[in-house]
Parts: sequence; structure tokens; C-alpha cells
Amino acid sequence: MDVSFASSSSPSNVSPSRRQLRDKEITLAHGSGGKAMRDLIQTVFVEQFSNPALNCLEDQARFELSEFLDLGDRLAFTTDSYVIDPLFFPGGDIGALAINGTVNDLAVSGATPLYLTCSAILEEGLPIEVLQRVVYSMQQAAIAAGVKVVTGDTKVVPRGAVDKLFINTTGIGIIRPQVSPSAQQLQPGDVVLVNGTLGDHGATILLARGELALTTSIQSDCQPLNGLVDQILAVCPQVRAMRDATRGGLATVLNEFATSSQRGIRIHETEIPVQEEVKGVCELLGLDPLYLANEGKLVVVVPPSQAEEVLAAMRSHPAGEHSRIIGEVIATPTEIVLLKTAFGTERVVDMLVGDQLPRIC
Amino acid sequence: MKYVDEFRDPQKVQGILREIQRLSAQLPVTSDRPLKIMEVCGGHTHAIFKYGIETLLPPSIELIHGPGCPVCIMPKGRLDDAITLAQQPEVIFATFGDAMRVPGAQQNLLQAKAKGADIRMVYSPLDALDIARTHRDRQVVFFAIGFETTAPSTALTVLQAEAEEIQNFSLFCNHVLVVPALEALLSNPDLQLDGFIGPGHVSMAIGTEPYQVITQQYHKPIVVSGFEPLDLLQSIGMLLQQLVEGRCEVENQYARFVQRQGNAVALDAMNRVFQVRDQFEWRGLGKIPHSGLQMRPEYAAFDAEVKFTLPHRRVADHKACACGEILKGVKKPWECKVFGTGCTPENPLGACMVSSEGACAAYYKYGRVSPAATAAPDRNLSYSR
Repeated sequence: MDVSFASSSSPSNVSPSRRQLRDKEITLAHGSGGKAMRDLIQTVFVEQFSNPALNCLEDQARFELSEFLDLGDRLAFTTDSYVIDPLFFPGGDIGALAINGTVNDLAVSGATPLYLTCSAILEEGLPIEVLQRVVYSMQQAAIAAGVKVVTGDTKVVPRGAVDKLFINTTGIGIIRPQVSPSAQQLQPGDVVLVNGTLGDHGATILLARGELALTTSIQSDCQPLNGLVDQILAVCPQVRAMRDATRGGLATVLNEFATSSQRGIRIHETEIPVQEEVKGVCELLGLDPLYLANEGKLVVVVPPSQAEEVLAAMRSHPAGEHSRIIGEVIATPTEIVLLKTAFGTERVVDMLVGDQLPRIC
Repeated sequence: MKYVDEFRDPQKVQGILREIQRLSAQLPVTSDRPLKIMEVCGGHTHAIFKYGIETLLPPSIELIHGPGCPVCIMPKGRLDDAITLAQQPEVIFATFGDAMRVPGAQQNLLQAKAKGADIRMVYSPLDALDIARTHRDRQVVFFAIGFETTAPSTALTVLQAEAEEIQNFSLFCNHVLVVPALEALLSNPDLQLDGFIGPGHVSMAIGTEPYQVITQQYHKPIVVSGFEPLDLLQSIGMLLQQLVEGRCEVENQYARFVQRQGNAVALDAMNRVFQVRDQFEWRGLGKIPHSGLQMRPEYAAFDAEVKFTLPHRRVADHKACACGEILKGVKKPWECKVFGTGCTPENPLGACMVSSEGACAAYYKYGRVSPAATAAPDRNLSYSR
């Protein structure tokens, strides 16, 4: 099998409704291995993701190793499952999330993300039109991030066994030579940056569930970060640490950094960018935006001498327009994150025990 | 945020702090014998830690974090009753998120949910009533918790259910009352307190009159306060002013929301639906007379304690737990033997560690500098003061 991805034609861009299956809803037959399944995979997935590796419909995608060697010297490999409710929300949907989330997990290692898998678990009764919209969105996100979905799988389970649609994506990328971000490398004095407002995704999902009857213009920040990482690494290949702040938010990433480096981190409340509307939602529900999820935000730690240059590079990229320096690494106390409040007081920003639960009473 | 940022203005904070310094210098207090002020409300405790307000105050002023978190003070036995209700096959159990992690004797609601109980988190009792409207074949039980802050909305929900003749909705009523709890604290000879910061939200419902007993019978000044940093600092300043002038009054710092006579609609709804219990058990404080609400017999059809058979087992607090002393201001969280070791937010033994508004949880979360600090109170102190 000889497939050259580097020279493959650009992926197709099939609108979600161009082809229709006879069925309107997913039935157990679509997971049976028979003709219904083949039609579903062909119509919904293959035509959308269309690329040579996928189109040959072998049981696996195959790659030339030589293609990888041009890009770097190490392979990055990651996986993530997406089970979000609701499937569609302002600023994104489960499809865009499934691509961007895995792309970002690869990118923050210093890797160029290349290939993703798509494994979907479908609930019996899921409207096929919904699945088509999601897969269309995945392909749009893949194009935007410059990656290809090269292999996949679908399973159908009886009604109630999953909630509508779960997606797993696994991705590989190639890590640039000499680039090796790791939290263990943090040094006192290093500077901590983020690429924009925090908590947008978490607040969006909370509101999109519709239980709060609040109307806001908050949108998820769901976006690929590999372009931004390219900019950062172009000016600072020796970036100390880089991580996307997803579940658990900024506070969780910083605590992970502090623990694995055995350093402390101090952040400054007045420098942390949070949208007014997100602050408002947090005030109402007794939540802390530092712990809200993001889907397009990364935390970068760089040596102090390069902080301004990295900040300028980040701000020059659309995904980093609102980048800010928010804090610094400190020698003591160790393994702890401190927040300097607007009044000059300090408090600990701890790990969450579980989910943030709204405080009502 | 508009209307909020004004109450977090660092420059204004500095102004009030200077005033607090000036007043405290006129009082016979030192860091060895500090002035002890109790904030009653869990919301205040949360704000004090979130904004690091203790660290701003002179060392001659000490804040004692009172029993004002309605989730924390829920005894294990009541939680077990709640879990029993939630486990009934016909029941959908609706609760505020706050209550999900409060430990019962064996498990909490989160664990019961994982084992199959139909437990749903809601933001308002009206959400629970909505579930009842759309699930007529199920019994929807709302876990009513909270002080006079949430009790009016629960009462109004019951009145709404009555008006709509919704028969599959009931309350598991655990509402508690602020003033009887303060009286119980004040009757304790161990207690050393110089004044109270009164709860803002509760007072929106009940007004400021009910606190007269605190000033007249127990001779402690009280200032009803808002929840922003400036509110709290100004309230502390007002208390100091009273002490300097030798006054002992109920004052209202939160006048932008709290009226002397309270909210007539809220009080009327509460009076129609609820009556005062002979006594109610508080985690850490034991049984306190007249400190809880139950449903009036006329509303028995909406009373889960009447509709269902509950175990009503009393489960004693953990022996090593010093919550009672901490709530009374006699001990500090880190003086408890199990603080940070046997008792952590992941595995809380006592009331004060249960929710983020509890004094121990707040110290653990916001005041703890390193695990070693738990064993070395000096270090913890140097950080939290």
C-alpha cells in the first residue's frame, strides 16, 4: 500500500445535507456490519472526511515514515473522548470540540498535529441529520487546523446506553527538534502567560443547558491552538511549559505545573482576563472563573528575558489577540498557587475536589 | 462588572482600613487579646477568604466564622433521610448542588446518584416544581435547605403547587433559623465574642428587628452586612465605632437591600406554609430549640416527612471533630486534631469542612500554604493573618 499524504489532494468540503440516507434516524441496523452500516459510513463519514488514506477503506491508515522525519524527531500521540451535552452550543459543537481538543493536546507538546482518528458511539434514534452536521463541523475544524481524519469506527448502542453521540479522537503529530516543553523545567522568575479570556467555554455550556433562563452573548472559545503554538515556538523554542487549560480551568493547570515542578506560582487577579458576562454568571452561581473549562486557551511559561517577545508573538495571532502576562514562578512556597487579589492580599488557589457545584443557599 | 466593581475598589478599601486602624487603636485590644467578631453567614465567610480580608485587618481584630452555612450544619441523620427518600423508586429527588457532597453516615447524594437514585440538581425550587409538572407519574421531592434566605422561595413554590393542585410534589423541609442559632451560641459560657456581622440575605427577608434580642438580652452589637469586600470592611468599622462609643445596637450596613421590617411578601409566605419546630439538630452544635421550620399540618400533602416513611436515625458527630468549638470561636480550625489529616474537603468529617463556606474548608482551601502548614500552626498563622 503506497499512499502519499503529503501530496494528497485537498480535502473535500461536502455540505452536510448534500446526500441523504433513506433512514432519518440511527437504528441498530446501522451498527450491524451490513449494508446499512456501510451506507452510513460512506455517506456520512467517508465523503465528508475524504482523503486518500481514508478512502481506500482498509482497516487502518498507513503512513510513510519519511514524511514524519522531515518534520521532527519524536512522535506525539494523544487521545480524548467527547461526551458534551448539549451537542451544539454557541461558538461550537461536539464535532469542532473533538477535532480541536485533540489538535490542542498535540500542539502544546510542541508537535505539528497531522492525523486524527474518529470513533463515534451513536445512540439508537439519533437523527442522522444531527450526525451529518457534527461530521461536517469536524471536517471544517480539521481543515482549519490543517489535519486529516484518516481512520474511524462507528458503533450503535440501544437507546439510553449512551446520550445521543459520543466521539473519541486520537491524534498523532511530530515534535520539532529541540523543543521539549515540560512543567518540570519551571524556574523561579519564569513568566506565566495566557492567550485570552478565561471561562468562556464553561460558562457557555452552563447556559446552553437552558436551566438558567439567562440570555448572554457568551460563546465557547473552541479553537485550534497549533497556529498560535507555531508563533510562540518561532520566537521561543525553549518555552519551559505549555498546556491547554480545559477541564478544571486555569487553576488546575497551574496547580499541575506547581506540583510537578515543586515550585510555587503567583498570579495577579487584576491581570487575569475574564469577560464581564462570564464574571456575571460566576457571581450569580457562586462559581470561580479560574476553574471553568476552556477549549481554546493555553498557559505558557517562558524565561523572563523572553516574556515580552512571546507576548507580542502571541498577540499577533488571531487566537492570541488578548494574551496577557498573568503571573510568575516563585521559589517558595512550593507546590502551591497563590493569587494576589486586587487589594494586595494573597490567597491559595487550590485544586478542586470534584466539579464546581453552584452555591445557591 | 457594573454595580459590583464599586464595592471592590482597592482605594476605597484603603480608606476604610485606615478608619478601622484608628478605631481599633482606641479599644483595649491587642494581638494577644484580640477583639472577636463573628460573621454568621457562610456567604460572608466565603467572601472573607476569597478576598483575603483577614490579612488586611490589624492583628488585634479576629474574625470567628460562625454556623451560617446551611449545608454544613445538616446532621448526618437528616442526610440519611434525604438519601432514603432519593432511593424510593417512584421518587425524583431535586436538590441544590450545594448539598450533593454533604456526607451522611455511609454515603452522600452524589454516591447515591451513582448507585441509581434519580437525583437532579436544580437552581430553584420552581425548577423542581417544573419536574413535577412534566413527570406526573413520579413523586418529586425537593430537598429544602437554607436559612430564611431560601425558605420564602420554597414556601412560594408550595403555594404555587397548591394553586395548581399538583399532587406529586413535596418538600423534605430542613430550613433553619438564624436568631435561635445565635442565641444558642450566646448562651454558651465558653463563648468569647465582642460583636456580630449579621447576615445580609437572611435579613432581606426577616428585616433587622429580630436581632434586637442579641443586643438587648445578650448585649452584643450587630451590624447587618452586604457581601462585597467594602461591605464587610465597612461593617467591621461600624461595629468598632459602636464599641468605641459604648453603644450596643442593631445597625444596617446593607441598607441598599435590607429594610428594618423585612419583606412582607416573603414573611407572609413563610408563615402560611411553615411553623417553627420544637427543636432541630445542627451538625456540630447539637439540638437547638425552635431553630428549624416544618410544614404546617394544612400542607401535609406537600410534606415528604408525612408522605414517606423515613428512618429518622440520629448519627453522632465524629468524636475527634472539633466543629462545635470552632463554630463557637473557641478553637481555630488548625487546632482541631483531624484538620487536614483525617478531615479534608475530599473526605470531610465535620460540618466546617463540608462546603466551601465552612470555616475549615475555607482555611484548607484559601489559607493553607503547604501540607506542612497543617502541622505547623505558626506558618499557617503567618499566612492567614
